[in-house]
Amino acid sequence: MTPPDLAEIWVYLAQKPLTGLTLTLSAYVIGDWIYEKSSHHPLLNPVPIAIALIAGLLWLTGVPYTDYFDGAQFVHFLLGPATVALAVPLYQQLDILKKSGPALLAGVLLGSMSAAGCAWGFAVLGGASTETILSIIPKSVTAAIAMGIADQLGGLPSLTAVLVALTGITGAVLGPLVLNLAHIKDWRARGLAMGVAAHGIGTARAMQVNPVAGAFAGLAMGLNGLATAILVPLIFALLS
Amino acid sequence: MIRYLALILICQLAGETIQVATHITVPGPVIGMAILFCGLLIRRGLPQGLQATAGGILKHLSLLFVPAGVGVMLHVPRLEDEWWPILLAIVPGTMIAILITALVMERLGRATMRAEDQV
Repeated sequence: MTPPDLAEIWVYLAQKPLTGLTLTLSAYVIGDWIYEKSSHHPLLNPVPIAIALIAGLLWLTGVPYTDYFDGAQFVHFLLGPATVALAVPLYQQLDILKKSGPALLAGVLLGSMSAAGCAWGFAVLGGASTETILSIIPKSVTAAIAMGIADQLGGLPSLTAVLVALTGITGAVLGPLVLNLAHIKDWRARGLAMGVAAHGIGTARAMQVNPVAGAFAGLAMGLNGLATAILVPLIFALLS
Repeated sequence: MIRYLALILICQLAGETIQVATHITVPGPVIGMAILFCGLLIRRGLPQGLQATAGGILKHLSLLFVPAGVGVMLHVPRLEDEWWPILLAIVPGTMIAILITALVMERLGRATMRAEDQV
């Protein structure tokens, strides 16, 4: 009996949806483990680690992204239901919303428009291509919603996912420094800003620091997603 | 669990249907989120099972964008060509958004500030 040809087995396995799905979950478990071990260091976020592990493996073995996505699409599909599920934490924070209502809504609305506006302005200023500009506009919105917005605008949802992750990490690392420099001494304002500008990654960071900041960040993430999804495509439709 | 998963999928399906039927530019799942939120407001209460199901999906929200993120492989040339505008949009762009949000909330929220809100 001849020994099994490993390359042949890999070629066979790489085309199975099971492989892409297993790879996605395993890489994320490794990323999450590293993140836990580093006591939640913002630079060691599990998402970029998992992405780097999988992309590296696919690149090394020459497996095309579409073969991987055949399996990973089962995870990707859950982005839709997860967006719907965001209604639950939003509803749970209804009391906070009522108490600090006008200030909170004004903060989210202006923050939301400045996040999208700055992304657009700086990308245009730096001479980005149209596809990149359209993909980067919703960068501060949670990925599930941002990818939907990019798709609506005519951007590339997969590029948006990468830009969203980069934005979240940047916000989580540099955000607290900027807030300290500006002498913001209100946990609600600090949390709200992290949730608006750095979505889930910023929210996770705010939750570790202070419970009030965490609640406001979570609320801001949901409201910003809603505001951007409604306003940005509307503004685009009016301007074009 | 299955009942609430079905409910979430029904909201999404309704959202997607409304989006396709009316051609509005809001993504279907966001409309689904609004439908579920309104439903909870009308019902005036959160069923325990829905809280558990939604919590289960959202607990690992970041896992869900790994497959799309691996798509970065397809965009390496773009990131190399356009790293400068991307860096500008992400670093100063995000910092400005953080500042504006925090300043607006702090200034307008002074009247309603509680002791536990103070850093």
